[in-house]
This record gives sequence, C-alpha cells and structure tokens, in this order.
Amino acid sequence: MKRFLLPLVIFVVLIGFLAVGLTLNPREVPSPLVGKPAPAFRLPQLHEQDKTFSPSDMAGQVWLLNVWASWCGGCKEEHPVLMRMAKAGEVPIYGMDYKDRRDEALTWLRRHGNPYPLTAVDEAGRIGIDYGVYGVPETYVIDKQGVIRYKQIGPLDDELVAKTILPLVQELRNK
Amino acid sequence: MKWLVLIVLLMPSLAWAGEAKLLAEDPVAETRLKHLAIELRCLVCQNQTLADSNAPLAEDLRREVREMIAKNMSDQEIIDFLVQRYGDFVLYRPPWKASTTLLWIGPFLLLIGGAIALGVALRRRGQVLADAPVTDEERRRVEQLLSQGERRS
Repeated sequence: MKRFLLPLVIFVVLIGFLAVGLTLNPREVPSPLVGKPAPAFRLPQLHEQDKTFSPSDMAGQVWLLNVWASWCGGCKEEHPVLMRMAKAGEVPIYGMDYKDRRDEALTWLRRHGNPYPLTAVDEAGRIGIDYGVYGVPETYVIDKQGVIRYKQIGPLDDELVAKTILPLVQELRNK
Repeated sequence: MKWLVLIVLLMPSLAWAGEAKLLAEDPVAETRLKHLAIELRCLVCQNQTLADSNAPLAEDLRREVREMIAKNMSDQEIIDFLVQRYGDFVLYRPPWKASTTLLWIGPFLLLIGGAIALGVALRRRGQVLADAPVTDEERRRVEQLLSQGERRS
C-alpha cells in the first residue's frame, strides 16, 4: 500500500496544478501600464471630425476609456453593459474606435446605441499600441491625475462593473 | 508551348512580388526586423511569433518595429518599447527576475529530482538483487534453460 502513496501524492499535486491552470485565462496578460500615466494622444472625434479628443481634456476627473470597434464580437456582447452604465451615469465612458471604418462605426452606434459622450478615432491603431491594446474590447480606468488604475481585457460584465469598476471609481474620486 | 511553360513557371514569382517588396527597399532593416520578430510574441495568437503571425496587430507591430529600425533605434530600445506596453509576455525568452526564477530553474530542479530518484531506485534494486542467494540446484536449472534456448535459436 505504501508504495502507491508517493505516486498518489505526485498525481494529486499535478492535478492541482492543472486544475488551477484551467481556471486561468491566458488572454489576461498583466498590463505593465497599470499605475503609469495614460499615454498622451490627440485624436479626431468620430462624430465631429474637425474636433479632437485628448486624455488631458479629462484631467481632474475619474473616467473610463473603452476601446472598441464595429468589427469586434466581444464589443457587441459588452455593449448593453456600457449602455446601462451610461444610463446610470456613475462614471463617464469615453470611446476609442480602434482600427475601424468611420461609416461602419457610426452605423454600429446608431444601431446599438451610443454610451459615449464622445469617441476618438484611432484608425491606424497606433495609439492602441501605446495603450498595449491586443484584444478589443479593452477598458481602462483613469484617475484624476491621468494615471491608469485598472485595465480590463475583454468584455465588461455587470458583475465586474458592480464589484470592481464602480468601487474603484468611487475610491479614486474620494482621493 | 515553350512560352506557356515559361509563363506557368514564372507565375509563383509573381505571387511573391507583393511580399518581397519591402525587403528590397532596405535589406538590412528587413533582416533586423526578422531577427527581432522571431524573439517577440504576437499577443493575438499567443503561440506565434511576430514574424509568423498574420493578425492585424502583428502587422501593426511589425510596421512599428520597422519604423523604429528606420529611426536607428537599437534592438534593446525596440524591445523596451514593446515591453513597456505589453509587458514581459511579448518576449519569448522571459527575463531573469524574482517572479520568473521558478520558470528558469524549475526544469533543472525537476531534472535533479529525477536523477536523485533514479539513483535511489537503482541502489535499492541493487541491494534487493544482491540479497537473493542462488542454490546449486537453481544454477543447474538456469544453465539447462539457457542451453535449451541456444538450441532453439
């Protein structure tokens, strides 16, 4: 009986490692940008092309930057969550239309609703690279000093918003 | 007929023309890009290098690297640029840090552990075999069996 003990222990440990591995999401790469100032940019707006948007316009506010695109499947899934957030008005969500076509982006917002006060257009995806974007949708929580405090890769859901995003926003506001 | 064969033979080279153009522009830069891109991970298809991947992001990143090469930035500066944005994960060879120690020395620990286990097992087996006494009767039987085997073969 004793000779089976060691293989059994090794087996259980291995299963433990594999079980933990299964619950991890390989897409969630820890972002080195959290805790760093949001990279500066000035991009044209989606609706009013002659106007621009820059994160510096938002200084003194806690806000979300949501990177999306009309071609992105996860964005569709996330969209109702953003619409509910916009309706509740707890935190402003600014959009960044990533590597998209303007007409398709506008149609998309018309069809699904527009949760953003304004959307900046990153047509070439260059600002996306500065923000380490690799899997839209991505959402950044940016504090009053313009520092990135949180990054969500992939769609937001109600639970994440209620348990993580909104408490964090509240905390950053009170600072 | 000869012409037709020639045209058919030349067709694949036409297909290449689009891709090869950039190489022709600056062969040195393109060699550097290739050299760098096999060290870098594409974040969209995570098990492909930046050189292999056709994901739009990989194309953008290659463009970015090309531009940095054109600006005469060193390999280290280019790698730092990407690590600042995407973290160590973009590197196929993770750097040696406190958080990656286990990653680097783990395989060697397993190897040493295995070697020790093997050594212990072999020594134990050696003892077991040495302790088994063989009687004359058994020796004769063994020889008989062996000679039978020889005859059969």
